[in-house]
Amino acid sequence: MKNKSLVSINDFTREEHIRILELAGAFEKRPKQRILEDYVVATLFFEPSTRTRLSFESAATRLGARVIGFSDSSSSSVTKGETLRDTILTVSNYCDIIVMRHPKEGSARFASEVAKVPVINAGDGANQHPTQTLLDLYSIRKTQGSLDNLNVAFVGDLKYGRTVHSLVQALCNYNTTFHLVSPLELKLPSAVKMSIKERNLEYYQSTDLQDVIQKVDILYMTRIQKERFADPLDYEKVKNAYVLRNNMLINAKPNLKILHPLPRVNEITSDVDDNPMAYYFTQALNGVFVRQALLASILGVVE
Amino acid sequence: MEKEILRKELKVSAIENGTVIDHIPSGSVFQVIKILNLTEYQNQLLIATNLDSQKMGKKGIIKVSNKFFKSDEINKIALFAPTATLIIIKNFEVVEKKKVEVPDYAENIVKCFNPNCITNNEEITTRFTVIDKADLKLRCHYCEKITARKNIAFR
Repeated sequence: MKNKSLVSINDFTREEHIRILELAGAFEKRPKQRILEDYVVATLFFEPSTRTRLSFESAATRLGARVIGFSDSSSSSVTKGETLRDTILTVSNYCDIIVMRHPKEGSARFASEVAKVPVINAGDGANQHPTQTLLDLYSIRKTQGSLDNLNVAFVGDLKYGRTVHSLVQALCNYNTTFHLVSPLELKLPSAVKMSIKERNLEYYQSTDLQDVIQKVDILYMTRIQKERFADPLDYEKVKNAYVLRNNMLINAKPNLKILHPLPRVNEITSDVDDNPMAYYFTQALNGVFVRQALLASILGVVE
Repeated sequence: MEKEILRKELKVSAIENGTVIDHIPSGSVFQVIKILNLTEYQNQLLIATNLDSQKMGKKGIIKVSNKFFKSDEINKIALFAPTATLIIIKNFEVVEKKKVEVPDYAENIVKCFNPNCITNNEEITTRFTVIDKADLKLRCHYCEKITARKNIAFR
């Protein structure tokens, strides 16, 4: 994976995904290793994303790397009208790897073609956010022991959530049975459903959350945003139907784990947090180990 | 029947050597000219559109003197004029007839329909993979969104 950019989850093969997850496991055991002391990591956040940026910077710093960059485009030369191409060409003189978040879709692919150093996509508009997908895979594998043959429910906004789209596509490599729970207005787009159908995997669509809870190993919750509805009345009708409460988990399988890409608003009530099935905060911690694994393997420090 | 052929010939005169692009959808004639870079063409160029056609209702035709296109060059027009047929003329004789074929890739011809795609916000060559030739669906190399037939626009 040395010098290979990570723009889209499909840029890495299934074997490479597994290799990253294994490496992440090693970093979880020993998170502080100064193996990147001679390296400079640039984090270019053309739009703010505190959580993702801090996770990357924490990963880099724990490996001894120096971090340079900006946390939103108002503090960069973008405000002076510089093109993305020029920014990337310039910054790639200053660093060994670029981590980039940008509001335009396709910006990360373009940057990876322009840059002299590898690029890790930390989110390009509504398109891809592969490191989120890898940390989701890591969390699933760690809690279930394997990625194969699981029942996974996706709940909430399945139409606009890129996190959901990428993870569904990645899980298609592991014989997953999908349970897609959403209001009718926010169903999984047909282009994404196509990847499930191409693999002849089982999937069930429904609007009822309670029904699927007892059937699944992973419950992947997402937030339903009011702005997604043309008619505010439609939002009012569904907003409480996709809220997970602790008492709904009584008949759940003992191995069930609840994931959420965060930030959470009200779709998981706080009484769930103390349930051992709640995994979303550990999931965020796992992001650091996965990003350590990516930085170290793309920079060629580990194999 | 003979009379009709004669009338057709009269509408657009024959060329001695070159390529005839026939059965172009009427609305796409000028796009085809742009794609093939014929706006600055220095030789004889005959253009007709809104001609009656039994097959298509209305059609356009372009006759390009002394020009023989490479197949990857001419196949670009299949994205806008999938019905087009090519007739190669030498010494006023038809030496070859073929259909255009939808290419596997499209570089800098089509505009990505996604307004939030980086290619619509910076000077970048657009690149698409044709994922469905029959139904015409193109996946953007950058934003990965699919531009379908109804959304295809010339760059």
